[in-house]
Amino acid sequence: MTRLPDEVCDGRVLDVVRAPDRVLSRPGTAVDPAAPEIVQLAADLVATMRVSPGCVGLAAAQVGVSVRVFCVDVSAHPKTRGHHGTFVLCNAEIVSASRNEKAREGCLSVPDLTGDVKRASRLVVRGQEPGTGAEVVIEAEAFEARALQHELDHCDGLLFLDRVSGAHALHARQTYL
Amino acid sequence: MTLLAITVLGHDRPGIIAGTTGVLAELGLNIEDSTMTLLRGHFAMMLITDGDADPVTVEMALSGLTADGSLSVAVREIPAERGSARGTAYLLSVHGGDRPGIVSRVVAEVARVGGNITDLTTRLAGELYVLIAEVDLPATADPVALESSLNDVAVDLGVGVTLRALESDDL
Repeated sequence: MTRLPDEVCDGRVLDVVRAPDRVLSRPGTAVDPAAPEIVQLAADLVATMRVSPGCVGLAAAQVGVSVRVFCVDVSAHPKTRGHHGTFVLCNAEIVSASRNEKAREGCLSVPDLTGDVKRASRLVVRGQEPGTGAEVVIEAEAFEARALQHELDHCDGLLFLDRVSGAHALHARQTYL
Repeated sequence: MTLLAITVLGHDRPGIIAGTTGVLAELGLNIEDSTMTLLRGHFAMMLITDGDADPVTVEMALSGLTADGSLSVAVREIPAERGSARGTAYLLSVHGGDRPGIVSRVVAEVARVGGNITDLTTRLAGELYVLIAEVDLPATADPVALESSLNDVAVDLGVGVTLRALESDDL
């Protein structure tokens, strides 16, 4: 990665959209990664992710914008093994995926539920960097691979609710008093 | 031996399962299939037992649980089931804004093609309504056509729907 979007311009903290908002179920459109509004959006996503406790990724749909852009940063998460720090990808797609593992996941846009979802634990993703438009290939594993697939699903208008592994794989989120 | 269907419903607190299953064990009942969960904070348990006790004896034995009125228990005898023929398993996910009729409209489409729902969970979380169902489709059903009709219903209801084959990995 070269420079982070929020080093190029100031990111604004945006409101996170929650299900059942239909924007979360619409496939996002491809973007021009060099367009100023996409560079701004990339910075906004990073800024919003950083102020959201426990958030390891955020897709444009989650701030109400139906385009194929997301950010990921699993570096501070206890489940992380390898990681690539903070990055934003535009128009990303999966190149290869293998070694499925089931785990329980949640989403900032579905705050009251969690679900057991099977995801590849080895993943290669190709996308473009906002600003330069340079092609980036990320080889991710374990928790970062899961986070990437979760964000890629947002770009396709899918929530983890569309991927839970069975009727008993949906759970009310534990709330701690 | 007698098969009994036992349901326990009511205010959740620690120890309900321990209390119930302790009584059943003392009666020599073997718990076969069971499901226990919380439904909007209420404890709900259904179980099938095999043993020699009759329903009245079991209800009497469980009366300690219901004495304060916070739990209700029902016991009845049921016949053995051989299990219906299984088709191809699919997972149906529906989510969107809560409104009356989501479950009935969606499952009507499944029933129309002879699909059998083998497991279903719904959750209401704020305005978000989620339905996840496991569906067995007979060989005569066309899953693509079913997904299409489910989509029509979903558009009408303002919700999203996905139907996908339920994968199982043989390891």
